[in-house]
Amino acid sequence: MVQSFAGKRLEAVPETAEEVIISTRNVDVFYGDNHAIRNISLDIPKHRITSLIGPSGCGKSTFLRCLNRMNDTVESCRVSGEILLDGVDIYGKDVDEVLLRARVGMVFQKPNPFPKSVYDNVAYGPRIHGLAENKDELDEMVLTSLERAGLLDEVQNRLHSSGTSLSGGQQQRLCIARALAVRPDIILMDEPCSSLDPIATAKVEELIEELKTNYTIIIVTHSMQQAARISEKTAFFHMGQIVETGATEQLFTSPSDERTQGYITGRFG
Amino acid sequence: MTDLLDNTGASSWNSERFQKRLKKRKRAEKSFRLVGLGAIVIALTLLAILLFSIASKGYSAFIQTYITLDITFEQSVLDKTGEGHPAALKAANYGKLVRDALRAEFPDVKTRKDLRALFGLVSKEASNQLREMVLADPSLIGRSMPVALLASDDVDMVHKGYIDRKAPQSDRRVKDDELRWLDVLEKSGALSFKFNSGFFTEGDSREPEKAGIAGAMVGSFFTLLVTIAVAFPIGVLTAIYLEEFAPRNRFNDLIEVNINNLAAVPSIVFGLLGLAIFLNVAHLPRSAPVVGGLTLALMTLPTIIIAARSAVRAVPGSIRQAALSLGASTHQTAFHHVLPLAMPGILTGTIIGLSQALGETAPLLMIGMVAFIADIPHSALDPATVMPVQIFLWADSPERAFVEKTSGAILVLLAFFIFMNALAIVLRKKFERRW
Repeated sequence: MVQSFAGKRLEAVPETAEEVIISTRNVDVFYGDNHAIRNISLDIPKHRITSLIGPSGCGKSTFLRCLNRMNDTVESCRVSGEILLDGVDIYGKDVDEVLLRARVGMVFQKPNPFPKSVYDNVAYGPRIHGLAENKDELDEMVLTSLERAGLLDEVQNRLHSSGTSLSGGQQQRLCIARALAVRPDIILMDEPCSSLDPIATAKVEELIEELKTNYTIIIVTHSMQQAARISEKTAFFHMGQIVETGATEQLFTSPSDERTQGYITGRFG
Repeated sequence: MTDLLDNTGASSWNSERFQKRLKKRKRAEKSFRLVGLGAIVIALTLLAILLFSIASKGYSAFIQTYITLDITFEQSVLDKTGEGHPAALKAANYGKLVRDALRAEFPDVKTRKDLRALFGLVSKEASNQLREMVLADPSLIGRSMPVALLASDDVDMVHKGYIDRKAPQSDRRVKDDELRWLDVLEKSGALSFKFNSGFFTEGDSREPEKAGIAGAMVGSFFTLLVTIAVAFPIGVLTAIYLEEFAPRNRFNDLIEVNINNLAAVPSIVFGLLGLAIFLNVAHLPRSAPVVGGLTLALMTLPTIIIAARSAVRAVPGSIRQAALSLGASTHQTAFHHVLPLAMPGILTGTIIGLSQALGETAPLLMIGMVAFIADIPHSALDPATVMPVQIFLWADSPERAFVEKTSGAILVLLAFFIFMNALAIVLRKKFERRW
């Protein structure tokens, strides 16, 4: 019922105004016998921030991890349906998942810098992909990425001290800088602020908003305020399905489904 | 309701039953603490007794008795032609110099039997000692000087006080005459102790005073070298494959169970395996460290694999995800991130495995490393023995002097173990990364 409704809604309001970079159709995900995601169809607009909200265990992280095939590392995981990135099925036979992940970067819930220097953390991606011709170019790339992540001023003097010695918020921005250094088109963020204090969260949010001019961002968040503050489009997940999707403002002010209403007003979740 | 709450709340903490329970709990804690302390005290005492008994028996292996005699380097004995030809000097009868010196010291000893006993005070090694002196400095010929000569093992035992002088003569290896001569030498200050450098530089010998552990040390070194070279790369790569690449299925579960079982297989079984494969099929040289090393590598592999797997497993998954999300392949993730982070654990496990291999005797008996080998091996293909086998061989020898050699060799082996464990700690600290 809801599914068809959501589907209709998508058809009824085609997002012609916005270029769609990722389009998913009828995606199902199974972990062994557990049917984690059911028949999800969602379009991600280019150079916009899309947020995925919903109660714990609703499948939003699982869906996010389908978009760069990180689910491939989970052995029992099976994905069906169609996920098109610029019109190419990313689960297609001739798609290399390693290259895909270079194009679709990811930032995780808990900051996970490598136990290496700040510089090496950011330089790792360009190094393995051979993006820099020489040392100067690599330096340039590292500095630009740190700059874009708004971290350069804070770490300028300790580029060669360990990335793990930074504060939590700095570590998360270092992880964002690390993802940016590979020059992705899309950045997936899995609750990037959930382990940060409000000040660090504000900084990361500010950064995310700046990044959208060049990148498409998909963010999973538990904070409705965060979704409302930063995203243009929001999808509400519940029990492995999309209940409702639409422009953020519309979804938060006049949700059409009562479960959405219930969740955003704090009655459950 | 409220009454009940009040009752349980206020009075129960002071009630007799509660006090009893409290006392019982405290008593249980105290007695457990005492039992634990007792266990540690017993363990430490036993360890101390062991170390003390080995050290008190073994320290005297590091000193050796020498007899200082006035040696005359007779021209007529050493260099009849007077040309100083090196070959002639090498072949000369140095034993005669020693015998002449002893005869001069004790002119009243006449009979052939007594003379033989007298000459037996000095080690057969003494003539080699004189030969080396003359070859190094031919100008000694024709001169006369006091030289400290290596005493025989029996003299050494008497001088170290290990022979009971009050026992009846028939029960003693050293007879009354010899004791009398030794007393004379002692009085004149001819008997002295010197540091037994030969113990660390010589190979095994049938003469206890000349036997050294260098051959076994070099043999152990080559054996361990082969073991490391084979077991470390294979073990680490196996662990990484099983943890990072292998799919979870029945076949791999079977492999895992078998590796765990292999770790518990008695070491002598590996010796038989080595005998069957490396000697009988591959025809590698018998008694050689290369075969010993390969056999011990088989034995050490499960230990290294198990330690390396748990070290690899302990690397946080978030690091793998971080690398994968940047577009690193599984292979790059494993070798750029997981392996370096697992290294301290892998090294600790490897060194524990190698310590085990260093102390192993049984499998080496099967592949012939128990033979008497006097030469110090020069490569992993030369016949050799290893330290624990050397200890076993000496412990099995009848001469009294080998008792202290055995304990001395154990002390050297223990020193190696302490060194290796210290190395494990240093390496672990060095490679450890904090986050």
